[in-house]
Amino acid sequence: MSLDAATVRRIAKLARIRVNDEEVSTLQNELNAILGYVEQLGEVNVDGVEPLSGGAQMALRQREDQVTDGDMAEKILANAPDRIGNFFAVPKVVE
Amino acid sequence: MFDLTLAGAAKALKAKEISAVELTSAYNEAVAALNPRLNAYITTTPELALEQAKAADARLADGSATPLTGIPIAMKDLFCTEGVRTTAGSAILEPFVPPYESTVSGKLKAAGAVMLGKANLDEFAMGSSNITSFYGAVENPWKRQGSEAKLVPGGSSGGSAAAVAARIAIAATGTDTGGSIRQPAAFTGLAGIKPTYGRCSRFGVVAFASSLDQPGPMARNVEDNALLLNAMAGFDAKDSTSADRAVPDFTASLTRGVKGLKIGIPKEYRLEGTNPEILALWDKGIEWLQAQGAEIVEISLPHTKYGLAVYYIVAPAEASSNLARYDGVRYGKRVDGADLIDLYERSRAEGFGAEVKRRIMIGTYVLSHGYYDAYYLKAQKVRNLILKDFTDAFGQVDAILTPTAPSAAFGLGEKMDDPVTMYLNDVFTVPASLAGVPAMSVPAGLSADGLPLGLQVIGKHFDEETVFAVSAAIENAAGFSALPEVRAK
Amino acid sequence: MAYTLEGSTGAWEVVVGLEVHAQVISQSKLFSGASATYGGAPNAHVSFIDAGFPGMLPVINKECVAQAVRTGLGLKAQINLFSRFDRKNYFYADLPQGYQISQFAHPIVGTGTVEIELQDGTIKHIGITRLHLEQDAGKSMHDQHPSKSVVDLNRAGVGLMEIVSEPDIRSPEEAGAYLRKIRQIVRYLGTCDGNMEEGSMRADVNVSVRKPGEAFRTRCEIKNVNSVRFVMHAVEAEALRQIEVWESGGEVVQETRLYDPAKGETRSMRSKEDAHDYRYFPEPDLLPLVLEQGWVDGLKAALPELPDEKRARFCAEYGIPFYDAGVLVADQATADFYETVAKGRDGKLAANWISGDFFAAMNRTGKSIENPPVSAADLGALLDLITDKTINGRIAKDVFEEMVETGKAPGAIVEEKGLRQVTDTGAIDAAVTKVLDENQDKVAEYKSGKDKLFGFFVGQVMKAMQGKGNPALVNEAVKKQLG
Repeated sequence: MSLDAATVRRIAKLARIRVNDEEVSTLQNELNAILGYVEQLGEVNVDGVEPLSGGAQMALRQREDQVTDGDMAEKILANAPDRIGNFFAVPKVVE
Repeated sequence: MFDLTLAGAAKALKAKEISAVELTSAYNEAVAALNPRLNAYITTTPELALEQAKAADARLADGSATPLTGIPIAMKDLFCTEGVRTTAGSAILEPFVPPYESTVSGKLKAAGAVMLGKANLDEFAMGSSNITSFYGAVENPWKRQGSEAKLVPGGSSGGSAAAVAARIAIAATGTDTGGSIRQPAAFTGLAGIKPTYGRCSRFGVVAFASSLDQPGPMARNVEDNALLLNAMAGFDAKDSTSADRAVPDFTASLTRGVKGLKIGIPKEYRLEGTNPEILALWDKGIEWLQAQGAEIVEISLPHTKYGLAVYYIVAPAEASSNLARYDGVRYGKRVDGADLIDLYERSRAEGFGAEVKRRIMIGTYVLSHGYYDAYYLKAQKVRNLILKDFTDAFGQVDAILTPTAPSAAFGLGEKMDDPVTMYLNDVFTVPASLAGVPAMSVPAGLSADGLPLGLQVIGKHFDEETVFAVSAAIENAAGFSALPEVRAK
Repeated sequence: MAYTLEGSTGAWEVVVGLEVHAQVISQSKLFSGASATYGGAPNAHVSFIDAGFPGMLPVINKECVAQAVRTGLGLKAQINLFSRFDRKNYFYADLPQGYQISQFAHPIVGTGTVEIELQDGTIKHIGITRLHLEQDAGKSMHDQHPSKSVVDLNRAGVGLMEIVSEPDIRSPEEAGAYLRKIRQIVRYLGTCDGNMEEGSMRADVNVSVRKPGEAFRTRCEIKNVNSVRFVMHAVEAEALRQIEVWESGGEVVQETRLYDPAKGETRSMRSKEDAHDYRYFPEPDLLPLVLEQGWVDGLKAALPELPDEKRARFCAEYGIPFYDAGVLVADQATADFYETVAKGRDGKLAANWISGDFFAAMNRTGKSIENPPVSAADLGALLDLITDKTINGRIAKDVFEEMVETGKAPGAIVEEKGLRQVTDTGAIDAAVTKVLDENQDKVAEYKSGKDKLFGFFVGQVMKAMQGKGNPALVNEAVKKQLG
């Protein structure tokens, strides 16, 4: 499988990263090199093999339902690039 | 004073031969002198360090000190530190000051360790040479014999490695996703361990690839690593992947020896046209262990050769999702845009460097509709086969010995032609990361041109003790005592 | 009769499936310890985890898991002892992590079924495809500033149950009945408050149309509809739109739409045009969720009686009609109120009083079943007075109104006002004699065959006795004296 420029643009759009024409062509080459490298997985027989998704092999621990966090709007907003009162602010979104 | 190990410094502090303030002041000065050249720290915190040193002296006086009290260390700038800027080596977090502390840095703080500053790293820990940091490359304090060419310290924990090697920190924290502790340790003549996945909490550590990331120590020798890991490890209810297991005293295993241990030598690692120097060192390692009573067993890890391919699907996939939160809305860098999407795209285009973008792109692609099965799912299945390789091997042996990296430290600007060449650096370290087993790099010798080389000891899940025992045995036999050219004296 | 819409080419059938998002009732959020309480000052109920800060990790809330299992059990659905969380990746201002933690491949609850009742009494079964747990998003507001939207993350990370139905629904009425039934069940279970105004319950409505007997055609998804009435309207509006598209030779395009209640129509959501590719993959910060059968059994044993069972029991135990029982089990509080009144009494009498005078008084006074115009104990006492013939039914209505007005106990009112029923036959006979004497002409008419006048005489006697005469005895006496 080889990536064309349109796919690179589509992926960049999905990843919300602005790319110019030059970057598209560089990325296209680099991504194709990486994809070319990982093609070797094609030769591994994985019939009947379960996917391994996590690093730890145990069941999920569950916490008690208690309010232990929050009530710190100032800390939450302290790093905000833009805020209005205790809200985060972004350019107007039209739905 | 700068050649003190952590254990040595702790002894001196305890014996009141030196005060924590004196030690920290000396290190602060050394940092100020050498960091402009090495760029090992992104942010230095001399005042904070002095404050912590004063508190450490109080603890040393009142008897509440731990072996880490008053020890000046470098904190990889991937650990969130309350009130101290945390960048992850990225422009997108340039203005970010966490209002919270990571569990591991908090444990070290509580143990009385003194933080000299935040160590440089590859951007979001993505790299093997520390050249992808937005805050500039780190220079390896080691030089090839007769050459002043700048070498890379390895990565991603390159700043941590350079700082400890150059004696501008006694020890450091690192994180390891595919070799980010072990490879830079090997490149700078240090010992460093990636513990079992789940041994050290990931809470508050800027995530790269969640199923692989694991914090760990980097220091001058194996013992110092054990002392650090004693403090860093432990169950954390805030990390769902943290293991609820008791933490043994790792220093106790240092003197166990290797008599009667079965050490596996994976035959597949001999191929791939590896540097003969590396192979020779490996053979030496085998002899050392054999001489100390270990039994050497040839084993097979048939799928580990696919480790890199699996890694370069799984890690970018997780990263593409983990890094979605850097969107310029709640913290970090924002580049204004006409609308929200424009703001996202500009902030992320300017905030992320080339390597990070590359990995986000690959990760996004392998998870995207129509490609998930062929790439991501397939990689997860092969990952399971790799885990099975290790499980099978550990049915026969107690630990596995391999080289850490396929070469010694390379020059800044080398291996930069294409990403895949650079990725090959991790060929020996990635399989243990995928399997989640502990692995340590120990300095074992020098290359023909005088650069440090490391051997890697891989253990069973949660059996860091055997890893320490075997590593200590190699350390003793190797008697590695070479020093880097650039260092505080 | 099956519901169809008439187009220019004949009848069309409507096919609907609902995805109901129900906010889990819990103290804290699904993956953080911040409060899950509705409201609060902006960004007050927010932890660093909810705000997607670097290095933050999710830890699951046990109660949210239990609530999902309870709901699954209430939907008579399969509980999956193994489930897993996945990340659903997309960018939005109120989605701090850039992904929603949800369950895609392995939901906690599998297939189940829900029984709905239609206006004409028909019972229909709607299949449940699955229920999964996921995080709610924050809230963007677009009207607070001329050029900016603002974001409040108080809701970000609150537990949600997404309940997905099979495309078994065939009319707006069925859609409404289904949604009401789901709301009733979760309210009974105490797993969601079902409050659609506050957004703690909302529905995505999938609509398509087809000619009877055809395979399914393309569907459209109407997002975030927030009342039962709007769901019903949206189904009809969207079905009519699709019929028009098909009949004018066009093709319905699969897309996400919004229902505009003011215009009563659906419109395409432009902001979602950019085709979504959610890139689901297993959440690496969490491990698989493994439940023990014994724990599930324990939850099952502790479940409250659900509306369907309660209704059947009310019919059997209190001998009331199926329809009446349905009204009484509409919500837990009404059912409890009824049972308090009916226990040890005449169940039919209790049902009649509650669905009649009591509901009327509740509506008139603007009170609720939680804060009733008359307590269940007082209403029961009133029924006792009727049953033991202390007062008759006529007087009881007056006593009831007095109870509503003054809050006094029925016994006290009866005593105070001397409303005891007269059962003394001597007094009754005297009253009858007097009435007949005063109405000689009417007596003559009655005797000449005008039977209907019997009621008149009884009425006059009751009136003369200020309504306190025992109706049966009065009847008897009138009959006797008229010969």
